[in-house]
Amino acid sequence: MTWCEYPGWAVGSEVLQNYGCRMATGVGLTLQLVAISVSLGFLLAIGLAVARLYGPRWAQVLINGYTTFFRGTPLLCQLFLVYYGLGQFRLFWTDLGLWWFFREPFYCALLTFVINTAAYQAEILRGAIQSIPRGQFEGALALGLHRWSSLRHVILPQAMILALRPLGNELIVMIKSSALASLVTLYDLMGATRLAFSRSFDLSIYLYAALIYLLLVEIVRRVWDRLELRLTRHMALR
Amino acid sequence: MFDKFALLGFGDGGWGLALLQGAGITISIALATLPFGLALGLVVALGARSQRSVLRLLATAYTTVFRGVPELLTLYIIYFGVQVLLQEAWRWLGLPGSFSMPPFVAGMVALGVVLSAFSSEVWVGALNSIPKGQREAAAALGLSKGQAFRLVVFPQLIRVALPGLGNNWMVLLKETSLVSVITLPDIMFITTRANVATKEPFLFFGAAMAIYLVFSMISAWGIGRMEARANRGIAAFGGATR
Repeated sequence: MTWCEYPGWAVGSEVLQNYGCRMATGVGLTLQLVAISVSLGFLLAIGLAVARLYGPRWAQVLINGYTTFFRGTPLLCQLFLVYYGLGQFRLFWTDLGLWWFFREPFYCALLTFVINTAAYQAEILRGAIQSIPRGQFEGALALGLHRWSSLRHVILPQAMILALRPLGNELIVMIKSSALASLVTLYDLMGATRLAFSRSFDLSIYLYAALIYLLLVEIVRRVWDRLELRLTRHMALR
Repeated sequence: MFDKFALLGFGDGGWGLALLQGAGITISIALATLPFGLALGLVVALGARSQRSVLRLLATAYTTVFRGVPELLTLYIIYFGVQVLLQEAWRWLGLPGSFSMPPFVAGMVALGVVLSAFSSEVWVGALNSIPKGQREAAAALGLSKGQAFRLVVFPQLIRVALPGLGNNWMVLLKETSLVSVITLPDIMFITTRANVATKEPFLFFGAAMAIYLVFSMISAWGIGRMEARANRGIAAFGGATR
């Protein structure tokens, strides 16, 4: 018996024992999807938020449109648009040499999640940067710091602390939303669970999946609480 | 190029009418879920602030579970699970035939339960912002607990809770797209079917995006109006509101 069959054996659930390994692989895929999309999305979001606030007028309008569009439409719809819709232009992608990317549901899901979470994270960061008092920026400039240095060393560190909690919430939302990947043939945790159910017709497998998701979310929540406590320890909030 | 757009029209072979009906289903499930989810959320919030520790524990467990489990999974559990339970009950009661839960009800319950978990957090925050003196004054005026809540606390609550509840509504509107997986013919369901029939996924999912975007924008405008209305008379105090 391999380790991933053990939990099912321990709780005496045949279906969990039979599909434990698939679900463990599924958890791996879920974590992979979430980790990559949230971190890439974060990098993108910093650029977007800064450009949205300090960039040229056309960039501000463009980014505003981007965030409105991706925050105003369901992730499921975006996923289908990328996976089915962009896949429609197969010849075009083949000419560009990018067909390998749009052929794979994994990359499509990843791309969708990145652009989606980047829109949400950009709004979070924008709000955080905006709530830093203007005097901070002016003070940094008065000290002779360059605009970029003021942003990097004075504004962003303070904004990040404000953004920490909403960013943690966004991470949790992404863990939950990643379940949609199962609808484009990926065997993430949700996909593996659906497979297990469609073969065994044992409903309890959904409850076990719910427990695993809860566990993931709870771990993130605890880690985030610790992180926040640590990063704000100089502020004597508590 | 332009003859493709005829697929979205109302003419022969056009999906316009089906899309409109789908949009109608999306709006109706969102509107049907809203009062149920918000009311349940308020009940959970009152439980979370209750003096009885059992109620507090129950409320915390409820919100933790339904905020932590993916909506899609909740939907499946309620659609399949409750179906099985009801069928058992049906058989136990000795009723003829078999029972199947309409997808609309399953979707409404699943989305409503998730909405209640999220909105309860908003309600708790808003309840905390009402000074205790308001209740005490109401009691001093001889109002019963129920009357104090209905006549004094609740009207003030709405103003504080509105931005958060507005957010909840926007999230709900987008989450309704999930009910397509339990065969409720909403926008997503119709466009998926149209995609299978016409092999024009970009056009149809693009159209679905546009419809959702219009709904979101109308909602944002409406919520803005409601907030402005709820805040009238408050803004006079030196821009205390945003």
